[in-house]
Amino acid sequence: MSADGFFVIGATHHRAPLAVREKLSLSAEAAAALHAEFTSMAALKEFAVLNTCNRVEFYGVATNADAAAAVSAAFCARQQFDAAEFAKICLSLRGRDAVQHLLEVSAGLDSQMLGETEVFGQVKEAYAAAQARGSTGPVLNRVFQKGFQAAKHVRSHTAITEGQVSVANVAVDLALTIFGSLKEARILLLGAGDIGEKTAKAFQSRGAAALTVASRRFERAMELATALGASAMPFEQREARLAEFDVVVCATSAPDLVVSLAATRAAMHKRSARPLFFIDQALPRDIDAAVAEIDNVFLYNLDDLAKIAEQNRAAREAEIVKCRAIVTEKADALWRHVAPQVAALANRMPTAADGMHPPTPVAGEGTRPPTTEKDTADGGAVPTSRS
Amino acid sequence: MLAELTDRTWLWAAAGLYLAGFVQGTFSLLRSGRPAGVATYTLIAAGYALQLIGLGIRGRSVGGCPLGNTLEIFQFTAWSAVTLYLVVGVTFRASLLGYFTSCLSAALTLVSLAIPAWDVTRRSNVFGGNPWIELHAALALFSYGVFALLALTSLMFLLRNYSLKKKHLGGWFSFLPSIIDLDQIGVRLLGAGVTILAAALAVGSVYWLRDTSVVNSAKLLVTVAVWFAYAAVFGLRLGERLLAGRFAWACLGLFAAALLSLGPVDQSRHAAPPAATKAHA
Repeated sequence: MSADGFFVIGATHHRAPLAVREKLSLSAEAAAALHAEFTSMAALKEFAVLNTCNRVEFYGVATNADAAAAVSAAFCARQQFDAAEFAKICLSLRGRDAVQHLLEVSAGLDSQMLGETEVFGQVKEAYAAAQARGSTGPVLNRVFQKGFQAAKHVRSHTAITEGQVSVANVAVDLALTIFGSLKEARILLLGAGDIGEKTAKAFQSRGAAALTVASRRFERAMELATALGASAMPFEQREARLAEFDVVVCATSAPDLVVSLAATRAAMHKRSARPLFFIDQALPRDIDAAVAEIDNVFLYNLDDLAKIAEQNRAAREAEIVKCRAIVTEKADALWRHVAPQVAALANRMPTAADGMHPPTPVAGEGTRPPTTEKDTADGGAVPTSRS
Repeated sequence: MLAELTDRTWLWAAAGLYLAGFVQGTFSLLRSGRPAGVATYTLIAAGYALQLIGLGIRGRSVGGCPLGNTLEIFQFTAWSAVTLYLVVGVTFRASLLGYFTSCLSAALTLVSLAIPAWDVTRRSNVFGGNPWIELHAALALFSYGVFALLALTSLMFLLRNYSLKKKHLGGWFSFLPSIIDLDQIGVRLLGAGVTILAAALAVGSVYWLRDTSVVNSAKLLVTVAVWFAYAAVFGLRLGERLLAGRFAWACLGLFAAALLSLGPVDQSRHAAPPAATKAHA
């Protein structure tokens, strides 16, 4: 048995469409049941499960090559998913490649939304859960902790996380560019559809507190306002009360303009020195394009937002080469360090006692996080809280 | 050895550091698209320290605030602007402010040193031994430093406004502060500048009222006009009648006018009693 005893197996958004990922997604109960099943596998010494909306992955350290297949089979059986179908879409990497994969996942390089940082927290949670269940050991501890360091290094030394890549977040970034903070910004959402709701949520997630919803169907506005913890306003009052708002998000399906040039001029006369920011996400457009000519009024339509998101995405992709170079270097160094440990584990012949027991600590290193000076120097214990 | 260095040597060294801050910032912007915040701040701070030494040596030799010729006026204005930057630059997320400050300070100090005529002579005993007049002059020039920084933040406001209107948000535009932040900084700086210049004029007026003949009327008119113009802009801004881009343009234009007014103000003093003496090395 070689150092290939370290493996990752699973399914990701690259090859598994959403409908498939829905079937493969693990519930808390299924995860617990699988944990019990994996624990009983004599050949499987360490394991961790990463379960997000874009991937379900099993990282393991095993004493024989069949362990990965056994993990795969147990997973398919638990999810009642056809094993042959799973084989077609499954991700299966070993040794150094598996290490590199974890590092890329942690750094957001393998994400559907390139460079996103949420996955980093999810990987940390997965590791913390594995630690809590006692299924990690010297190899996974080191690989995960070094992986976190590598991800942080990539984020801080490249522009992979810079610029928003979703239209809603681009709109929020623009508002911050104008107002600095959204704490005191008053936001009016015109239209209660999905697009408007997503944008409103993006604003709320970045600190916006004063949100008002108006829709041509008032009951729908009330419904969304209640869901968002916002207030509702009759649609007919939108122009008369325009001066009260700092940011106006338009996402109606109205065939005609819903905010006119005259109303905007009147609003700007009433307003203090504060700018007015229009985000027109509607098709056909809701806001008279001429309002952009007014001093202190800023107007961005769907094309403008999409263009910025695309530029940011392109900028992130341009960083990929730099990121991969960093990750490759880190993965090489890490693998050089853990490969002997993996090989040593593999060389230990499983005993009958291994059968139904949790993974056995090796050479004084247990399933708890490393706390020795050497470990700290090499990788250090990292906090397991969400970043 | 350091004790043997002349005031001009220290001032040249300071100007060099300001220039280095500007060059370093430009290089950083071109290379990585972001300003070198800490490095620029450090270079400006070092330049400020050297300029302080240079002005200190000159001040000690003339026995007062060194405001006796055009070089000294430009140096003092640059020093005032940097003083404010070192205080407010760290408070606001305005890393580009350091870049612009280094540019302005380098320009003011280098130009003043590069034109020998501006430092050939200086009027000795320019304040007639009256510390109140010295305070008046120092306050007046300090207010010009405030207005210099206001001009920089106004320029940044216009750039931010342009980037948002034209939808050019990438590159170094992304390091500009928000529209609201720049507007608030501008209003505060304008208020501070108007107040300081008002204090300078108040102190000076006491002296002038005692003997109206000692102050050249051209100087008086120009100085009062500068204050009045800034005060008017401040009033219009507070009354929300001069906003956003127009407010920024007004602040920029006024600073250009105020800078140009320094010439007539300085020239007017040639007719004043203090005798011109050769500037020391």
